[in-house]
Amino acid sequence: MIEFKQVSKIYSPNCQALDGINLVISENEFVSIAGRSGAGKSTLIKLFIREELPSHGRIFWKGQDICQIKDNHLPIWRRRIGMIFQDFRLLNEKTAYENIAFAMEVSGREEDEVERDTSQLLKLVGLLDRAEHFPSQLSGGEKQRIAIARALAHRPEVLVADEPTGNLDLLHTWEIVKLLIKINELGTTVILSTHDREIINGLDKRVVTLEKGRIIKDDEKGKYILF
Amino acid sequence: MFTTLFRITKAGCLNFWRNRWLSSVAYIIMTLAIFGITSLLLVNVLIGSLTANLEDKIDVSVYFNLDVPEEEILKARSDLVRLAEVRSVEYVSTENALKEFKEKHKDNVVLMQSLEELDSNPLEASLNIKAQQASQYETIVSFFDQGNYNEIIDKINYMENKAVIARLASITRGIRQIGFIVLLVLAVLAVLVTFNTIRLTIYSARREIKVMKLVGADNWFVRGPFIVEGVIYGLIAAVITLFVMYPLLWYLSPKITAYLPGTDLFYFFQKNIISLFLLQIGIGVFLGAISSYVAIRRYLTA
Repeated sequence: MIEFKQVSKIYSPNCQALDGINLVISENEFVSIAGRSGAGKSTLIKLFIREELPSHGRIFWKGQDICQIKDNHLPIWRRRIGMIFQDFRLLNEKTAYENIAFAMEVSGREEDEVERDTSQLLKLVGLLDRAEHFPSQLSGGEKQRIAIARALAHRPEVLVADEPTGNLDLLHTWEIVKLLIKINELGTTVILSTHDREIINGLDKRVVTLEKGRIIKDDEKGKYILF
Repeated sequence: MFTTLFRITKAGCLNFWRNRWLSSVAYIIMTLAIFGITSLLLVNVLIGSLTANLEDKIDVSVYFNLDVPEEEILKARSDLVRLAEVRSVEYVSTENALKEFKEKHKDNVVLMQSLEELDSNPLEASLNIKAQQASQYETIVSFFDQGNYNEIIDKINYMENKAVIARLASITRGIRQIGFIVLLVLAVLAVLVTFNTIRLTIYSARREIKVMKLVGADNWFVRGPFIVEGVIYGLIAAVITLFVMYPLLWYLSPKITAYLPGTDLFYFFQKNIISLFLLQIGIGVFLGAISSYVAIRRYLTA
């Protein structure tokens, strides 16, 4: 479903973030991208969501080269993937409810549909009572759950999570991971980038390990390896 | 389409309200800009009426020989009136000239006595001509070079006043031009300051703009609310300007009239209040919308 072909990203001559990445991710898979800070995990994700373009190589999704997508078609492409980030990236001027609704409004969904789905998503992440709170009034774990709800608003085919637990304590970390597993079981492909050994060892799913911009390990049921 | 428009407008209004501190800075700056531009406009109106007053004081008198019959003078008058440069032509007959002369010098006994010594009226009939603009007298005077005017005209006082008229013409033209340039420069300044303020409000939202794009919002969905906000700044600024300007002019206008008779700014303001208000709204809305549109562009890339 997703295929990286000889993908490299060079920011400057002495800063090569990715080097000849070949990677295939199938539909409904749960893949963890592991590696230390600076190994290239975030770059890999930025290329997939088209926040950046690769220096070499191509990235395909269902046969379509995503590097060829024109800028004015990007919004439509982005509505097919859900994203969550370490720093949550919620809209601070909008309430929890509005943050989730916004993702549906951009694609022109009807008002009653937006209301119904937003409430359902808030229920899914267990924050229906926090609907009218602004991000500044929520804890880190709650913010990330709102971000997940927003990522699911488009009913995406792929959910990309870039260090989603990086800013959370242990308890909240597992809440988020369980939520991701649940989402995967409901039929969404999940790509999770993390450097958290506990998560990877606890997941028992495919692990792709990056080191200095290259894939050094790709195991079906991986464990965290000390490099 | 309608839903999107409604959502964009709603988001713009909400943003305006939730960022009310930042918003208030923006519309206060914009109020200053619109206030400045309107004031400059009024100053230009003032300059206009001043120069018009000044130009009104200039005229050219053409004196006809004593033996020229009245019909011929009146014919010359009707020819003159047809010229585009001519604003008005006043005919002063010999009798009227004498009456005016006596009225003017009634206290001068010697002059009056010597006048009575004469058996006929020594004063010539004349045409007092006023031009549309001070610079046009040369053209009007050249009208008398043609035909038989040379024979019936005694003198044209333009020749005597030529230097003064030319000077006045260049002064009024100068005042008008300087007024216009000052208006333009200050208006550009006001526009730049407003633009920069709006740029700052958008700069403070750059992170959010990026997030909106990542969530799949297209450019218009991101840009729209900011433009709506810009339009709200403009509307509020126009209303504030009007409410400040009305009492201010009511208070200042009589004082200005005392210094510069023949001008009444408050009257002008009242008479044109609707078009002035529409102009202020127009400036505000245009400035707000365009500034937002331009300022947000750099944050919309991918």
